[in-house]
Amino acid sequence: MNEELIVSGRNNLMVDPQLNIWHWPIALYLFLGGLAAGILFFAALYYILGKEKEYSTAVRKAPFIAPFALVIGLAALFFDLRHKAFFWQLYTTIRLQSPMSWGAWTLLVITTASFIWCALHIRDLFPEFDWKYKFLKDRETFFNKHKKALAWVMLVFAVITGIYTGILLSAFNARPLWNTSVLGPLFLASGVSAGAAAIVLMSKQQTERLLFTKLDLIVLGIELFLIIHMFMGYLAGPQSQIEAAGLFLGGQYTAVFWIFVITIGIILPAMLDVMELRGFHIPAVAPGVLVLFGSLMFRFVFVFAGQVSHWLY
Amino acid sequence: MRYAMAVDTRKCVGCSDCVVACQTENDVPLGYCRDWIVETNDGTYPQLFTEIRSERCNHCDNAPCVRCCPTGASHIAEGGIVLVKHNKCIGCGACIASCPYNARYPHPDGYVDKCTFCEHRVKDGMKPSCVAVCPTKCLTFGDLDDPNSEVSNILKRRKYKTLIPEAGTKPQLYFLI
Repeated sequence: MNEELIVSGRNNLMVDPQLNIWHWPIALYLFLGGLAAGILFFAALYYILGKEKEYSTAVRKAPFIAPFALVIGLAALFFDLRHKAFFWQLYTTIRLQSPMSWGAWTLLVITTASFIWCALHIRDLFPEFDWKYKFLKDRETFFNKHKKALAWVMLVFAVITGIYTGILLSAFNARPLWNTSVLGPLFLASGVSAGAAAIVLMSKQQTERLLFTKLDLIVLGIELFLIIHMFMGYLAGPQSQIEAAGLFLGGQYTAVFWIFVITIGIILPAMLDVMELRGFHIPAVAPGVLVLFGSLMFRFVFVFAGQVSHWLY
Repeated sequence: MRYAMAVDTRKCVGCSDCVVACQTENDVPLGYCRDWIVETNDGTYPQLFTEIRSERCNHCDNAPCVRCCPTGASHIAEGGIVLVKHNKCIGCGACIASCPYNARYPHPDGYVDKCTFCEHRVKDGMKPSCVAVCPTKCLTFGDLDDPNSEVSNILKRRKYKTLIPEAGTKPQLYFLI
């Protein structure tokens, strides 16, 4: 026999009997942040490469999703705070040891950049649009002149945002499932594949769709590789991480992880992508929607399963 | 100054007096607690072993909650006491998720709350309320930097362990075994 009981009766809300401090808004935000990062990454990349005309959806149209995704994500984050009136305290300090602190500043930069980028491309959606005031027109000329610099800022901060959504979780040594350094690149890959999927869904141009289908396929491959890597790390690790991996290998999150994240979210769309590239006729929306769904489920599964995993005492 | 607490698991009877004293002293909201009693049972009958521990925040030297706090609300005060500044806390929950001991909880008013080692009493030279009320005198509180303090002396004399030292937190709650 080996049992460990809290005999004085502890029932702290959201902590007992198991941690339940982060809920669906966090998972939704991690997804939307990753999606926006993926879209802005491609927009900036293909603008810098000078392929604005060939891949106009990626550079001009898809970025319009980003500010909405980021604002909804930030609203979700705000919604999950318990001391909401003090949220501004985030912007009174920079604490490099806290991923949430530099993440908050990164979000400020990337959200601003995404709004400016969309403002510069608003005439692609509404040809009649006029900024009306001289002040705004001056700003437009200014940013048009420095668009390349803006694209570089967006590129770098899109990568940081994508990685940050993973590091936010991996910084917690108290939750063995989250505490793996693969999580940063893995969440970045998941966000980039979601971004590529969104571009494929929006694009009406055959060459662009083929390119982003190919990119999506490559990133899905990387994602799968990183997930295998992650499990190797867990299973070669200490008992706490072996038990954390057990949540997905026979434990309570096994079905939801292998069916929704791996099969429906990665393997199925990857197979559809391959068939598409081989010239089979595939319903255009299928792989894109599946990738987006898989990416969302991945965040949900990880946020909730991580809170179940714990040290052994 | 380095405050620490020693808990004598051979004296503790698990009466929960420390839990109630803390709740009263610190106006802990109903249904919550900052300290708690753990009872472990090992072995096979008739060879059974029971250990009773009064647990609370470990006031870690390498505190993950302080590291991950985005606003600096969680901080290390005089004597190594880990505290939360209520009007800087945004209630994001990062510190709660980062604590391997689950020693923190979200206060119904929004901010995060935890054991303070009764900092308000300690700075006036009193003992934390849990230590003051313990009927078996199994709790010893004091300054580890002072080699003649009660807690330093008892840690010199007795065998002890800390909880999850492998988490790298350098906990300052010592369990005498």
